[in-house]
Amino acid sequence: MVDVAANVIEIIAKKLPPDKRNIQMTDRLDEIGIDSFGAVEMIFDLEEKFDIQIPYNANDARMEFETVGEVVNAIKKHIGQR
Amino acid sequence: MAHRVVVTGWGVLSSIGHTAETYWSSLARGVCGIAPATLVPTDQLAQKVVAEVKDYDPNKHFEQRQLPPLDRVSQFAVVAAREAIAQSGLSFDGGLAERTATIIGCGGGGQSTQDDNYKRLYGENAKRLHPLVIPKQMVNAPASQISMMCGLRGPAFVVASACASSTHAIGLAFQMVRSGSVPVAVTGGAESCIAFGVMKGWEALRVLASDTCRPFSRDRKGLVIAEGAAVVVLETLEHARARSAEILGEIVGFGMSADAADLLSPDAGGMQRAIEAALSDGALAASDIQYVNAHGTGTAANDQTETQALKRTFGPDAAKLALSSNKSMIGHALGAAGALELVATLMSVREGLAPPTINYLGPDPACDLDCVPNEARPMRIDAALSNSFAFGGLNAVLAVRRFQ
Repeated sequence: MVDVAANVIEIIAKKLPPDKRNIQMTDRLDEIGIDSFGAVEMIFDLEEKFDIQIPYNANDARMEFETVGEVVNAIKKHIGQR
Repeated sequence: MAHRVVVTGWGVLSSIGHTAETYWSSLARGVCGIAPATLVPTDQLAQKVVAEVKDYDPNKHFEQRQLPPLDRVSQFAVVAAREAIAQSGLSFDGGLAERTATIIGCGGGGQSTQDDNYKRLYGENAKRLHPLVIPKQMVNAPASQISMMCGLRGPAFVVASACASSTHAIGLAFQMVRSGSVPVAVTGGAESCIAFGVMKGWEALRVLASDTCRPFSRDRKGLVIAEGAAVVVLETLEHARARSAEILGEIVGFGMSADAADLLSPDAGGMQRAIEAALSDGALAASDIQYVNAHGTGTAANDQTETQALKRTFGPDAAKLALSSNKSMIGHALGAAGALELVATLMSVREGLAPPTINYLGPDPACDLDCVPNEARPMRIDAALSNSFAFGGLNAVLAVRRFQ
């Protein structure tokens, strides 16, 4: 079974400076430095990695994912791994 | 010596009108040009709506033999320029052609040509491409084609600054005419970007609306890609008066700035500096302005940031401003947007009517200025601004005055 959490953390960590890469599942994306367009890039990387489509519009005020753990859970849902 | 710079001709090709006159009548009535795309297949597009120049027939404007080197973007530019020049009544003989500038804004050049050729090469394994691919797609083609087809031999070039391209172009033309460097300029912008590869690129950026464009409204979902062209003829006041030309309006100021911040997220400070530069260049106080033709893309970030920038610049007077976004009707024509919107701004001043921001569902607390929701408003406008703010943080603002 794919280790979704490890893959998600690796994808997010690449977007952060080396000293900020110790990411926890409870970390909020905006607080660790992923802004709205950082999120767009992250979603592209996740779609490529897991061969899925994630509906996401940068204009939605409601962020579907706020924490690293929520991203992991959303990906698991998309690939049918609960 | 600084010359006054007046507008004596305008030409428009848009999703809501193929001439300046029909464009204005549609703006005033709040006609929406946004609809499902017909130029590209939509089955693989997540957002299927665009604002196309509908029922455009190249054969009405060009002979068959003229068409091979003309991408749709250059055709649009030439059609709008011909209309503007015809309206101005100018003839370019007697040495005027050599002293007339042609400065056009364009974001991406012949994007359909580029897309078609990549498809042929990589998708269909073509062995060769049409010999005119390069001159047809080059970003300067719209200015080159206007200069050749209209016989304009003075300074000519294209300005590319994404969504601010044609505001930068008109601003430079304004400065050249004001300084006396040329007595006449043909200036504006053109864009034709509704090609499959381009649309997929926009889709990837996750900023497109799937329904329609709702600037400053609650539940706005983003921008809608559009195409079109608008061109104006600028002249020194002396030159226009000497030939008894009808004067349509006056441009008085131009301001520019760069955010030097984020590639995509707009910056209220950068917008404010461009707005203040345009006011100062036009010797206008903030309180002189009654109407702002907003950049108003319909994205969450732009509309909120533009609201902040206007409030910072205008202070308590911001509450008295009327601002509206033409993009609610014509979508975002990128490199042509600034020119289409400057023409609308000049017409608003002349006609005493602020066009509406249509598709408005209700207030967003982050966009709490008066955006003339859904219905045009008759009002006296003595001076107005036209805002353009590009990806890459490049801002350009023009100031216009009622001619008197």
